[in-house]
Amino acid sequence: MTVAMTKGCPSRSRSATLWKNRRFIPFSSVKAVLNKNDEAVDDEISLIAFHFFTSIAMFLGKSYAVVYMRVSRGASSMHIGQGIVRRDGRAKVTGAALYVDDVCPENCLYGATVRSSVARGRLLGLEKDPAYDWSDITICTAEDIPGENVVALMTDDQPVLAYERIRHVAEPVALIAAPTRDRALEAVAHIKVLVDEEPPLFDPTISAHNQDQLIFGSDNIFSHIRLLHGDQAEAFDALDGLLVEGEYRVGLQEQLYIETQGILASPRPDGGLTIFGSMQCPYYIVKALKRVLGHENLNVVQAATGGGFGGKEEYPSMLSAHAAILSIKTGRPVKLIYRRDEDLRATTKRHPAIMNYRTKVDPKTGKLLGADVRLLFDGGAYNTLSPVVNSRGVIHALGPYACPQVCLDALMVATNTPPNGAFRGFGAPQVMFAAERHMDRIARTIGMDPVELRRRNLYRVGDITPTGQCLTDAGGLEVLDKALAAAQKTDPRPRVEHPGSGGSAARRASGRGVAIAWHGCGFTGNGEAALKGKVDLAIQGDEVVIYSGSTDIGQGTDTIFPSIAATILGLPLHRVQMAPHDTDIVPDSGPTVASRTAMVVGGVVAQGARKLMDALRQDVNTEDSSLTFDDLLSRRSTDETIRIQAEYVDAGLEWDPKTYQGDAYPTYGWSCMVVDLDVDLDTGEVLYTRLIQATDVGKALNPVLCAGQLEGGALQALGYATSEEVVLDAHGGMINNRLTNYIIPTTLDAPPMETILVENPYDGGPFGAKGIGEIPHDVPAPAVAQAIEQATGLVLNRLPMTPERVMDGLEAL
Amino acid sequence: MSDQNIRFELNGEPQSVTVTPMARLLDVLREDLRATGSKEGCGEGECGACTVLVDGLSVNSCLVPVAQVEGAQITTVEGLERDDRLHPVQDAFLEHGGAQCGICTPGFLVAAAELLAADDQPTPETVRDALAGNLCRCTGYQKIVDSVVKTVMEGWPC
Repeated sequence: MTVAMTKGCPSRSRSATLWKNRRFIPFSSVKAVLNKNDEAVDDEISLIAFHFFTSIAMFLGKSYAVVYMRVSRGASSMHIGQGIVRRDGRAKVTGAALYVDDVCPENCLYGATVRSSVARGRLLGLEKDPAYDWSDITICTAEDIPGENVVALMTDDQPVLAYERIRHVAEPVALIAAPTRDRALEAVAHIKVLVDEEPPLFDPTISAHNQDQLIFGSDNIFSHIRLLHGDQAEAFDALDGLLVEGEYRVGLQEQLYIETQGILASPRPDGGLTIFGSMQCPYYIVKALKRVLGHENLNVVQAATGGGFGGKEEYPSMLSAHAAILSIKTGRPVKLIYRRDEDLRATTKRHPAIMNYRTKVDPKTGKLLGADVRLLFDGGAYNTLSPVVNSRGVIHALGPYACPQVCLDALMVATNTPPNGAFRGFGAPQVMFAAERHMDRIARTIGMDPVELRRRNLYRVGDITPTGQCLTDAGGLEVLDKALAAAQKTDPRPRVEHPGSGGSAARRASGRGVAIAWHGCGFTGNGEAALKGKVDLAIQGDEVVIYSGSTDIGQGTDTIFPSIAATILGLPLHRVQMAPHDTDIVPDSGPTVASRTAMVVGGVVAQGARKLMDALRQDVNTEDSSLTFDDLLSRRSTDETIRIQAEYVDAGLEWDPKTYQGDAYPTYGWSCMVVDLDVDLDTGEVLYTRLIQATDVGKALNPVLCAGQLEGGALQALGYATSEEVVLDAHGGMINNRLTNYIIPTTLDAPPMETILVENPYDGGPFGAKGIGEIPHDVPAPAVAQAIEQATGLVLNRLPMTPERVMDGLEAL
Repeated sequence: MSDQNIRFELNGEPQSVTVTPMARLLDVLREDLRATGSKEGCGEGECGACTVLVDGLSVNSCLVPVAQVEGAQITTVEGLERDDRLHPVQDAFLEHGGAQCGICTPGFLVAAAELLAADDQPTPETVRDALAGNLCRCTGYQKIVDSVVKTVMEGWPC
C-alpha cells in the first residue's frame, strides 16, 4: 500500500476540526477532505501533509493520522538561507505529533525487561515466584528467539538476551508481556535472575590482556589504533623543546533525550512485523532484526522522536528485537517503553576516557614541536560502535593545532559495565577537552597568554594534519577572532578577582574562558563511499516527494530536504513533500549520525533534484534546460509517477584504514566559544552568565535550525562540564538514575547565548553546507575549565567539575 | 482501592471518568481520554513534560492523583488554541524556532501560557524563572526564551 500524499489544501479551520476529532479519523473521510479542498494557498498556512502509518492502520482498520504542517511565507523559490518554519512545527506545538507512546493499537500488550542485578558471572537461570499469578503474563528468554541471538552491529558479541554469561549489570535476560504497564513491572519484580557471581572488572587501566577477567575476545581490546605522522614521530624523547605533560580524565555522560526509548512491534496481516518507534536509524534496525527473526518480512517506521543525540543510534536495535520477540510469541502488538530510571541505568552512555598528553614545545614561540598521546577509552561490556569512537577520538586528539611530529595511540577496552555508545561528538568532546586543557597547561608553563598560544598554533590552509591531510580550509583563526570580538563588544569584562571575605552574602569570582575545536564532517575516510547513501525523488501529479531513510530527530531534516529540492526545482515549498520514514517506501540514506545528514544526504537530495529534472525533460522529449518544472509538467501527456534514485557520489577521498593516513574527512567544521561565568567561592557552583560562539557552518541552510543545533549542543556540553555526573554503584550500574540526581541544565542554569554563523562554503555540500550537529559539544567544557582557572587560579583537568570538586580544589589552593 | 467516578472539565469540555482515584492525572489524560499532547519524561515531577493547568495553575500531572481534580478546569496543550486560532505563544514558537524534537514543547507552552496570562510582556529573566520547571535537551533554551519574550499577546483571547 502506498502512502497517500495530499493534493489539496484543507483550510486551517478544517484541519483544526479534524484535529479535535482526531480520535477517530476514518481513512475514507480524510481522503474525502483532501480531495475536495483544492483551495488556493493562502499566504500564511499552506499545505498539510498527512502521514499514515499504514501497516498499523491496516491492522487496526482505522488510521492514525499525523498532521504535519508547514508555514510558507509566500511562494518564494529561494528557500536556502532563510529561517523557514519547520515543517513538523505545527504538529509539535499543538501536541498532535505522534511519538511512540501516543499510539495505542487495540489488543496491545505492554513489555518489560528482566535484568541481571550483578555485573559478572555464569547465568544459572530464572526463578519465578510460584505464588504470583502468571496466567496472563508471557515470558520470553533466549530460547524464544526465532533467528540468531545477536544484536548485529560491528561484531557479533552482544546477545539480544543473555544466555550463558552475564557481563554487565542490567544486562537483559528475559522479557515480559502483560495486559497493563503496572502488571508488566509487577511481574518483573517477581522473577529472580540467578547468577553464579564472579568478581567484575571495572578498571579500564587493567583491562587490556587481562586473562583472568576476559570480557571480549582474547584480550579485552575492542580497538587499538596507532597513528604516526612525521619522520621522527617515534623519537619523541629525542625531540628538541620543552616537555609539557599532563593527564586528563572525563566521565560517563547520559544523552538524556526527554523522550525515553520506546518501540512498538506489531504483527502485520501478511505475517510479517512492523516496528514503530523512537529512533535515528531505521535501517540499522532492519539489519539487526533480519538476523534475530531469520527473515526479512518486516518494515521499520520512525515515529516522531523526542531527541536522540546518538543515544538512539544503535540502542533501538536491541529494543526492537525485544519488542519483536514478545510480539511474535503473543501474536499481538507489544509496546516496550522504558521508564526513565531504567533508561538511565541500562542504555548506552558517552565513553569515559583517561588521556595522557606529552608535548614538546618551543618555549619562546609557543609552537608545538612534537606530541605523544595515549588515549584509553572504556567501552563497557560489548563492542557496539566503540572502534569508531576510538577512531574519531584519535584523529581529533590534538585539537585544531599543527604539529610536525605526532604519535597518537588510542586503546578502547572492555569492562563489566553497561556498554557505551554513540553520543554527540563521538570521541571528539573527550579528546578536545584534553587537548585544550593541555594547551592551557603549555601556556601556563611557558608564561604565554592561552589565546595567543592558540593563535600561533591553529591550523592554516596548507597545513598537514596527523593523518597527512593537507587542509584546504582552516577556519580556526576566523572563528576565534569573531567570537572574541563579539565577546569584547558585549562585555569587556574586567575580571572580578576574589572579593573580600567580609560583607556580601555570596562571594563570587568571575572568569572568561576560550576554547576552539575542529570536527570532521561525515563518516571517516571511505565511510561514505561504502555506505552509498540513497535518496529517491518522485513526481506525483504536480508535486515532488522525497524518500529518505534519514530521520528528523529535532534537527530539522524534514524541513531542510524540501528546502534544498524546492530551490533546485524552482518550486514553492508546499509542492515538495517528505515521505514518512518507513523502510517499506524509503531507501537507505545511511544513518542519521556523524554530522552527515545536511551535508552528505542533503547533497544526495540536491543531486536527486537535478536528476529528477533530467528525467522530466526526458519524459517530454526535450533537452531545453531553460524550461521550468511547470513548463515541462504541462507538456506531459500522462500523469504517471516519475521516480528516480540518487546515490552518494564518491568524493574521491584517499584513505588507508590500516595506517590511518590520508583524507580523514572531506571537510571540517570550526568553532570557538567564549564562556563567561561566576564561581561561587563557598559552594563551588559555577554560574554561567554568557556564552558566545562563532562556528563555521559552511552555509546555514536554515539559520534558525542551524543556530538551534549549535545552542543545544553547547548547553549539553556545559552540563558535561559542571553538572552531569554518572555515579556508579558496587555493580558498576548508575546509582543516580533519576532526573532528581542526574542534573541537566535548566533555564536558570543556561546562559544567554549569542551565536555567530560563519560561512565558508564547502563546495562538496549542498549550497556550501558543512555538517554541524556535533561540533557544538566539542568546545564548551575546556572553555569552562579555563574560565574557572582565570577566576580562581584553580586548575581542573577532570570532568565533570562539580561543585564538590571545585570546592575541594579551592580549599586545597 | 475501587474505581470512582471523577468529573472535571478538559479544555472546556466536561469529562467523566471512572478510574482508580489514585491514577495519575497524566495517565487519565493520555490513556482514558486519548489527549496525548501531555508527555511523560521522568514520572517524578522533574522534567515538566507533563505540565498542565489545573484551574489556571501549572502542575506536573505525573504527580497529581486524578481524585484531586474533581470539579476542576484543566487545560492541556490541546486546549491552548481558540476558535481554530493558535495561541500567540504557539505562533511564536513556530516563528522563532522554539521547538526542535518537540517532546518538551507541550509542557513549555502550557507553562508559558500561564506566565503570559499574568504578565503579557515578560523579560527574559522572568521567562527563565517561570520556565525553570521544564527541561529541554535540544534547544539550549535560547530560542524558547526568545519565543516567549517575543509573543504578541495583544488581541488574545480573540
